[in-house]
Amino acid sequence: MRVAVIGVGLTKFGEHWDTSFSRLFVEAGARAIEDAGIDGGDIDAIYVGNMSGGRFIDQEHISALIADHAGLNPVSSTRVEAACASGGLALRSAAMAILSGMHDIVVAGGVEKMTDVLTERTTQTLATAADQEWEAFLGMTFPGLYAVIARRHMYEFGTTREQLAMVSVKNHGNAIHNPYAQFHRKITVEDVLNSAMVADPLRLLDCSPITDGAACVILASEEKAKEFTDSPVYITGSGQASSTISLHDRERITVIDSTVNAGKEAYKRANVEAKDIQVAEVHDAFTIGEILAIEGLGFVELGRGGPATEEGITQIGGKIPVNTSGGLKAKGHPVGATGVAQAVEIVLQLRGEAEARQVDADIGLTHNVGGSGGTAVVHIFEKG
Amino acid sequence: MNVGIAGYGVYLPRYRIKVEEIARVWAADSERIKNNLLISEKAVPAEDEDTATMAVEAAREALLMSRVPPDKIGAVYVGSESHPYTVKPTATIVAEAIEASIESTAADYEFACKAGTAAIQTCMGLVASGMIEYGLAIGADTAQSAPGDALEYTAAAGGVAYIIGRHSLIAEVEGTHSYTTDTPDFWRREGQSYPSHGGRFTGLPAYFKHVYNASKGLMKKLELKPDDFRFAVFHQPNGKFPRKVAEMLRFKKEQYLPGILVDKVGNLYSGSSLLGLARVLDLADPGDRILLTSFGSGAGSDSFSIVVTDTIREKRSTGTRVDDYLKNKKYVDYAAYARLRRKIKV
Amino acid sequence: MSIPRFWRSIKSRYNLIATKCLSCGGTYFPPRAICPKCRRRSRLEEVKLGGNGEIVSYTVIHSPPEGFDHKGPYIMAVVKLDEGPCLTTQIVDCEPEDLKIGMKVKKVFRRIREDGEAGLIHYGFKFKPRGDG
Repeated sequence: MRVAVIGVGLTKFGEHWDTSFSRLFVEAGARAIEDAGIDGGDIDAIYVGNMSGGRFIDQEHISALIADHAGLNPVSSTRVEAACASGGLALRSAAMAILSGMHDIVVAGGVEKMTDVLTERTTQTLATAADQEWEAFLGMTFPGLYAVIARRHMYEFGTTREQLAMVSVKNHGNAIHNPYAQFHRKITVEDVLNSAMVADPLRLLDCSPITDGAACVILASEEKAKEFTDSPVYITGSGQASSTISLHDRERITVIDSTVNAGKEAYKRANVEAKDIQVAEVHDAFTIGEILAIEGLGFVELGRGGPATEEGITQIGGKIPVNTSGGLKAKGHPVGATGVAQAVEIVLQLRGEAEARQVDADIGLTHNVGGSGGTAVVHIFEKG
Repeated sequence: MNVGIAGYGVYLPRYRIKVEEIARVWAADSERIKNNLLISEKAVPAEDEDTATMAVEAAREALLMSRVPPDKIGAVYVGSESHPYTVKPTATIVAEAIEASIESTAADYEFACKAGTAAIQTCMGLVASGMIEYGLAIGADTAQSAPGDALEYTAAAGGVAYIIGRHSLIAEVEGTHSYTTDTPDFWRREGQSYPSHGGRFTGLPAYFKHVYNASKGLMKKLELKPDDFRFAVFHQPNGKFPRKVAEMLRFKKEQYLPGILVDKVGNLYSGSSLLGLARVLDLADPGDRILLTSFGSGAGSDSFSIVVTDTIREKRSTGTRVDDYLKNKKYVDYAAYARLRRKIKV
Repeated sequence: MSIPRFWRSIKSRYNLIATKCLSCGGTYFPPRAICPKCRRRSRLEEVKLGGNGEIVSYTVIHSPPEGFDHKGPYIMAVVKLDEGPCLTTQIVDCEPEDLKIGMKVKKVFRRIREDGEAGLIHYGFKFKPRGDG
């Protein structure tokens, strides 16, 4: 498959006390349109990822809201939702709309406004990505699910508490060079180990923050893209897979099988292998998440995620730099926007526009997970 | 009459608080309290335990021991003065949780600390009349006490369940006798969080008069004397009252001491005398006769004469015994107790 | 949780009622309408699980959601039941430092949560150490 990415745009990630939900989306969209050099009139359709407008801002019918506020009526607008993987799904839906031949230029966006409610409400809303009746209702939280995975991973593979912390330290280090990131603060392993306990063994600095933000990319058919750019980045692979909504229903809780399956599909479509990937943005909503991702995607063997992180292979300059943007951990995690924001980073890397965090790469990957792994979406990007 | 107990089960929460710890908070003399009340600690429910949960745990133990299929249970009565709902029965929660027949009858009872024995009498009547095959009678409470009140040293939590039937009995009830008057020694008005009581009035005109007369009345009716009983068990709001009434009735220490547990677990209210009975049933041999007399403020006593059968040895081999619960404990301080009992309003 | 939604699941919450597929022998908790392995060849019947199992992994929740605030840290675990299926549950009557992966646990009947001071009390299963390993 080949779908061109001709424009990208982001808002700054963080606490946007004075900016509304729709304003965030419009800001990211306008930057992407400007970056692509297209006009609003060129756009055929919008796919927007949003996890929970209903619970965060009491607003459903997000699709109409953003088309309206972006001044894009009457183009077709569709919201897609798969918890934290909503953005990745929007990207895939937009790519499929182009591959079907129905549309030539499509916006894939994602947006979340998480700071308009109190933290307990946010915690509870994020837990709606888990099974409401048999996980969340019983008192399980979202960090709690990943903590359960982390403890089992430590038990089965000897992954250490320090190795988990090193994921956070690395991603915070990368975020310092990303002007759009929520945090620009260098941290140490000790900082992570001394931060407040959230869900044992995971501490505050193992967890991605509560973030407002939006991201957009403009996709075009290979043919149409030529009108706007000579050197687009192409999406050459896409994979999506489902797994049980409840963590406890998995055969093995230390493997996110949806990640494995989505990865396999994406690699196959792009006709590449894990070893060909040169830069990746993966779903580190929690530090253990990045370790699960690099194992599930085949960058390292199962159980080797911790030692590999310690050895530095995922650092900028390492064999396979992971989360050069700062990842969900340090760039921020506006849940519905994250999957699209990952694509923005990879496009910037492949274009050579990633400034101080630039790596040498022609082929990159994004990996976006919903819930504890009920959904995973993987995309492969290649330099044109 | 050939009606009796087919099985019994007990539940005590894991937490305990010592008299010294409560006395420390109120700057009271703990030695004097311990000597006056003859108690040392009491059982405290966890934050997620209440009368319904403890009733269910006790009932499941009783069913396990009885080997009665749950769908043969035709009646469920839960006696308590701390039902979780003012309106909505605890008994339906229990019936569902033990998978009693949906064609069973169920209700909650309230008669201060004797609602559990009232439930046993009701089940005996239903079984004797042939209306039901087996009945489940429970006494369970998370007893309420105002912070700083004398009751706070004893008001405890626990549940005890008895399965009443005609068959496969571990003990037969050979007779029961009640004694009831309108005596306002202890009460709680609608909407009040904690009960009120008449101080020393709870003694002679209330506890002693009713327990003594019910026990005497039963022995007279059955033509029995204290020597005919191996064990005698009485309601035990503290350690002193059951000892005193036992002596008044001319029972000896070896007859009444095995059934007094209040010093280790506090006053279980509806489960108080029933816990004592469970303890002596744990110890009893076939042929032993047991006197049980409850007391409920307000006031009344139910007295029972119970004769242990051969079946008890076999059935007693499964499940958790009273002494197991006495051993499995964890002490909490007053701060944790106040949080667990929701005495801190937020 | 709304009243009908809770009420509908009382059997499984009180007594661990699950479904067993007669075609493949797989047991599923909570009950499923279709066996994920046999799909349209599913032949399902209700079974009651015994309530014994062991801890697969666990966590101590320090940052609780709405409805669990003011309770202090509490333990959540994934427990594998003797019959095969796993479930998520709170572990009670146990200190975090005594927990172990592989610890044997059994079900108990407890309050799960309540709908405010005036609303419904939700009861259901939790698990506690079995005390025999």
